[in-house]
Amino acid sequence: MRIGLEAKEITCYHCGDKATVEPVVFDAHEFCCEGCSKVYQILSSNNLCDYYLIENSPGMKVPLLAGKFNYLDDEQVQQKLIDFRNEQITKVTFFIPIIHCSSCIWLLEHLYKLDGAIVNSRVNFLKKQITVTFKNDSSSLRKMVELLASIGYEPAINLNDIETEVGKTTDRKLIYRIGVAAFCFGNIMLISFPEYFGLDSFTRGAFSSFFGYLNLALSIPVFLFSARDYFTAAFKGLRKRYIGIDVPLALGIFVLFVRSAYEVISHAGIGYFDTHAGLVFFLLIGKWFQQKTFDTLSFERDYKSYFPVAVTAVKGGKEESVPVTNLHIGDRIIIKNNELIPADAILMQGEANIDFSFVTGETSPVPKVPGELVYAGGKQLGSTIELEVVKKVSQSYLTQLWNNEQFNKDNDSHIQSFQQVVSRYFTFGLLAVAFGSAVWWLLVNPLLALNAFTAVLIIACPCALALSSPFALGTAMRILGKYKFYLKSSDVVEQIAAIDTMVFDKTGTITQPAESSITYMGEVLYDEEKTWITSLVCHSVHPLSKKIKNYLGEQLLIPLVNFSEFNGRGIEGTVAGNKIKVGSYAFIFPARESMGFSGENPDVLATRVYVEINGKVPGYFQIKHSYRNGLKKVLASFDKEYDLYLLSGDNESERSRLSSYFSDSDKLFFRQSPLEKLQFIERLQNEGKRVLMLGDGLNDAGALKAGNVGISVTENTAHFSPASDVIMDASMFVKLPAFIKLCKNTLRVIHWSFVISLLYNVVGLSFAVQGTLSPLIAAILMPLSSVTVIGFTMVATTVFARNGGLK
Amino acid sequence: MSVMYLLIGCSLFLALCALGAFIWIVKSGQLDDDYTPSVRILFDDFKSKPELNEED
Repeated sequence: MRIGLEAKEITCYHCGDKATVEPVVFDAHEFCCEGCSKVYQILSSNNLCDYYLIENSPGMKVPLLAGKFNYLDDEQVQQKLIDFRNEQITKVTFFIPIIHCSSCIWLLEHLYKLDGAIVNSRVNFLKKQITVTFKNDSSSLRKMVELLASIGYEPAINLNDIETEVGKTTDRKLIYRIGVAAFCFGNIMLISFPEYFGLDSFTRGAFSSFFGYLNLALSIPVFLFSARDYFTAAFKGLRKRYIGIDVPLALGIFVLFVRSAYEVISHAGIGYFDTHAGLVFFLLIGKWFQQKTFDTLSFERDYKSYFPVAVTAVKGGKEESVPVTNLHIGDRIIIKNNELIPADAILMQGEANIDFSFVTGETSPVPKVPGELVYAGGKQLGSTIELEVVKKVSQSYLTQLWNNEQFNKDNDSHIQSFQQVVSRYFTFGLLAVAFGSAVWWLLVNPLLALNAFTAVLIIACPCALALSSPFALGTAMRILGKYKFYLKSSDVVEQIAAIDTMVFDKTGTITQPAESSITYMGEVLYDEEKTWITSLVCHSVHPLSKKIKNYLGEQLLIPLVNFSEFNGRGIEGTVAGNKIKVGSYAFIFPARESMGFSGENPDVLATRVYVEINGKVPGYFQIKHSYRNGLKKVLASFDKEYDLYLLSGDNESERSRLSSYFSDSDKLFFRQSPLEKLQFIERLQNEGKRVLMLGDGLNDAGALKAGNVGISVTENTAHFSPASDVIMDASMFVKLPAFIKLCKNTLRVIHWSFVISLLYNVVGLSFAVQGTLSPLIAAILMPLSSVTVIGFTMVATTVFARNGGLK
Repeated sequence: MSVMYLLIGCSLFLALCALGAFIWIVKSGQLDDDYTPSVRILFDDFKSKPELNEED
């Protein structure tokens, strides 16, 4: 009876998994499977066992699939993937999501020990990328990928890599512009100091014109190179009859430079060169601060980032790898365990068990029988199946969503930012004051007219206004990022602050898939029986089996015989001589099922998994969908300020349960297709609502895109999430009200700092309109106002965050 | 006081060198990844020289 119970805890030397039943032993180390032991053999035969010294059990499980990467021999595919190629070498960058520890870096950077064709390999840990350079004559792209896959680091190559254009060079122009501006600003300030301190009398004016021309020379790169973007942006805006913040900025920069140059050349003064360089420098710093991005996240993913490049098709009785873009209606395709179905297809052979969690957020797989239609986007779990394609990849039920016009236009649903609104009035006000003072001086003292006119444009240049938004929004974005609430860009903060309607998806968004609550009902299970059940369910890849395994906790594993899995129904096997069956009501009680009993209680939204031990049924596991912790509190806190809606692709069975969460049960909508979700959002927007959409799966992709703000909720931010403005870690769901409050408060900070910058402008203008703006006053006022505004926005935003419970 | 011309020339030259170095660092991608090098530097070299890589 108790034969296997002495089995001791064995963890795999390579991947750290619990080695089940009979570990594979090699070199006096235990491994959980052949794959792991094989990787160890590769590494040890190449003297690379240091890998195991850096971290404990750093490796990956390796599913070996022959012929999987044959599509990489295709010339067109190669062209899209390769960074650089000449006669001798090829350089290529792969994304390897599995990279997770320093051992990974170590091994991947010693690839040349495994394959002599590899010249060099470099890892970027944060981006999880590896750049490999190899010799063309002794290797190929396919061999590279196969090598990486064979040691457990399979690169993620998807349709998006193939379809998008190459040219992934990072834009570093802004950094160069800041560097040049900083260099010029520092030197100009140094050279201007003698003038400010009145040392000129000491040097008898000998240096005055030398310093002036030197300053002029140093200012030219700032004017022509560093400030260039402001001129092009202002020019572009004016051509579209749009006045943004760039217009007064460009005007200020231009007037500063021209007037200073005129003063130096005509020996009338020393000009405002340091104000000019400082202004450009601070503005660029603001731009840079605002541009922070989260490297490891992608906000632009559509179905192409998720779909495979190639699929196995049967042509003339032979299996071959075919790019999914070349799939035609009527093609037969083969889908193996854990592979994705790329197009709507009819199941021809095999038992399908489709996991649609990426599409709908629903984690329980759906069983399908031959003859049924299977939508694209699902993942097959279990045995190999054969399907016949009925629609092209881009025309499938799911993928046709991306043909909607929402995905082709730039998002113009965006609310105008505070800066955009204010800068228009500001520009007209500024021009009015400038011309007003010019006219007044023309009447009083015409010699001072031009002086006063330019001085107004210089001092009123909305530097502080232009800085307040980037620094306030950038600070808020960084704080939110710490709480795993990642914004696509800092502008999203303002968009979030402006919304008045919230739309929630159900499955995966307000329900928690991973922690669905599971309970056991029935006769108490003996410890021995728990061991048997665990030993059985650990052989199944079905998510319910995994949940039961987790629920039963750490158990010893006993050898299992006669294991068989009945797709979508249950599993059975013999453990230590006991016949164990685990599965649905229909599986355990086939006779009663045929008499019309279902065993499910329709009032309880739960899935039941029955257990049978040696012909007796002690009880069942009940797995309930549970809503996220704190859902009630979150919704209640939004209820006063926002219109709340629910859009679900599921049926209405949960309506009554959800009614207690949403105050207005008329705003719950069920059976919504992906396209209907999108249209629903558009309808709300046509009513003048500003909509925030929270969703998780690909079926929400349209709604996320259409909404003024789309937040995709994900259990693991490293995993796939559809294109959206925000990626939020699901564990932070309770903090959602705090996040939104911070966004609103950040907008208030911007308003206040605008007042501060206006005060500075009033002081400066009072000098300017009198025609007494000296270079020294400008040189003090400009940096002072900038630094005040930067300091104020950053401190105030942080204080608001702290008060809102976000440190 | 004409030594000032020389001094200012020198200081500008030094500052230009710094700017050049900065641009070179950015251009060569040294600032792109600020994490991996900190791990890489701790790896020990191989005790035995790799024999398959060098063509000799």
